[in-house]
Amino acid sequence: MKWWKYLAIVLLLYTAIAGLLGHVPRLAILNETERNLYFHVPMWFGMTIILGASVVNSVRYLRNPSPRLDILAHESAKTGILLGVLGLMTGSLWARYTWGTWWTTDVKLNGAAVTMLIYLAYLVLRGAVADEQQRARLSAIYNIFAFSAAIPLLFIMPRIASASLHPGMGGNPGFSKYDLDSAMRLVFYPAVIGWTLLGVWITEVACRLAFVKEKIYTKLDEKQLA
Amino acid sequence: MKNNLLSRAVALLLPLLLLVSTAFAQATAAADQPEMADALRQSGKIYVVVLVIVIILSGLLLYLVRLDRKVSRLEREIEGR
Repeated sequence: MKWWKYLAIVLLLYTAIAGLLGHVPRLAILNETERNLYFHVPMWFGMTIILGASVVNSVRYLRNPSPRLDILAHESAKTGILLGVLGLMTGSLWARYTWGTWWTTDVKLNGAAVTMLIYLAYLVLRGAVADEQQRARLSAIYNIFAFSAAIPLLFIMPRIASASLHPGMGGNPGFSKYDLDSAMRLVFYPAVIGWTLLGVWITEVACRLAFVKEKIYTKLDEKQLA
Repeated sequence: MKNNLLSRAVALLLPLLLLVSTAFAQATAAADQPEMADALRQSGKIYVVVLVIVIILSGLLLYLVRLDRKVSRLEREIEGR
């Protein structure tokens, strides 16, 4: 096993222990739920990084087509979507107990939901094309569109919006207050690295399985031709 | 192999936990401050939750490690043919 997998195990166990027992500032309304920072927020960090890796592999595929690059892009996108769905679910639960509702028409929430729909359409598109090369090419092009749509939806539109409940933009003092807390940073940054590495690990195993599958199928095809 | 993994993990985990242990000590309660899970912590039962999460996380990670090794074995088998 590679070294970064040991690092992922250690960082995740550290996140679970220190994330629950470590010091957090006393804040009204948020109370202990601010510990969600170590679990909800890294989902989005991990998702963005892994979807970025996916689109890089899609561009590489278009420049130089190979089944290997198609698999890398596809499996990365699947892990990214998984992390995004988990981020939406945990965010919704968190909102229920701090904002008092499962969902509001907040620009950040809707942007994240639309992003997930765009990426679900990526999977639908792949499922709809039978020819392997056509599927790889079409979905690589769509992936570029999906990523270019996701970045403004997640990171630009919420920032230029005039009002939002979600932290990380104007009008909410909550985030900056505990964002500055050095004790929380000591858990938050390792948590982001740990959860991202877990996403990369899952993607790596999924890709290797797909490579083996690909190899077996090409061998079977060769046998049939012979 | 197993011992090696464990010792490496502990060696990495301990300094990190020591770093935040200073932060644990700061947890003092005051009546007029926002409500936190002080009672839960005083009765010691937060550790049950920590253990439950650690068990679940360990189980999932162990499953992923085994899956990883199975794929490695499959890769070696395919290479041999």
